[in-house]
Amino acid sequence: MYFNNLAELWEMAGHGPYVWSAFAISFIVLAAIVVIPAKRYRQQLAQIHQQQRNTQEK
Amino acid sequence: MASWQWFHRLGSPKWLSGTIDRWLPWVLGLGTLLLLVSAVWGLAFTSPDYKQGNSFRIIYIHVPTAIVALAAYYVMAVAGAVSIIWRMKVADMVLRAIAPVGAALTFLALVTGAIWGKPTWGAYWIWQDARLTSMLLLFFLYLGIMALHDAYQNSATGNRAAAIMSLVGTVNIPIIYKSVDWWSSLHQPATLKFTEESTIATEMLQPLMLAIPGAYLFFIAAVMLQLRVQIARNEKNTRWMAERAAQ
Repeated sequence: MYFNNLAELWEMAGHGPYVWSAFAISFIVLAAIVVIPAKRYRQQLAQIHQQQRNTQEK
Repeated sequence: MASWQWFHRLGSPKWLSGTIDRWLPWVLGLGTLLLLVSAVWGLAFTSPDYKQGNSFRIIYIHVPTAIVALAAYYVMAVAGAVSIIWRMKVADMVLRAIAPVGAALTFLALVTGAIWGKPTWGAYWIWQDARLTSMLLLFFLYLGIMALHDAYQNSATGNRAAAIMSLVGTVNIPIIYKSVDWWSSLHQPATLKFTEESTIATEMLQPLMLAIPGAYLFFIAAVMLQLRVQIARNEKNTRWMAERAAQ
């Protein structure tokens, strides 16, 4: 590792806030762009399945 | 002929949905892995830039997201053209799928760029810089396309409007790309080159060579996820979709 310890990795010689906030925002947005549509699709499948069962019961 | 078969299959929502289910874990897995490895490598295992110091590490998010945000727009515009010329409903679904992902990537490129700009140039944003302004325009184009999709009761009208907007906006892409060459700008000119040797230091370049393919793969996975939602939305009354939901 370039840095001598984790404290230095966190500090990044004063640039810590910039680097870590950039990576944190990126992580959150990239996670959201995967999780949100995945959840939506599961919802859709559940809805379709429910509708199938409703029409079959009639 | 095999090529016609392939084109026809591509237009079939059912085939597309099945293919997405099959390939998604691999594309998403590999893309995520590459992004994580390049991030760790870039954050902790490269030496800081002699002028910029450690803030340069933001490059491992900023550059890949910016590159893919641009490429995504072109793909989306092609989908728009296919939609208008051949009236393929899958093309409309692809357009709807790419827009939010492109918007997210452009947002990240802008935000990480602004954060990087503060310690480097002393400012989060400079209006006079052509690349910054044209990237912001790209973000608005993506948002505008998403808004057009939602603005109409009749989704066909929304699709048509969005397809046209996607085509009109393509003029922005070469402007973004060449802005650092055409106008004097604060933003650094390209150090990654296709036909000559890149001027970026090798040690700095290596994680980037993982991050960029990683971002492309991640983008493809994200679009696949959105596309599945669009397919389900369009095909919810079909038999095959009901069978899929019953599994």
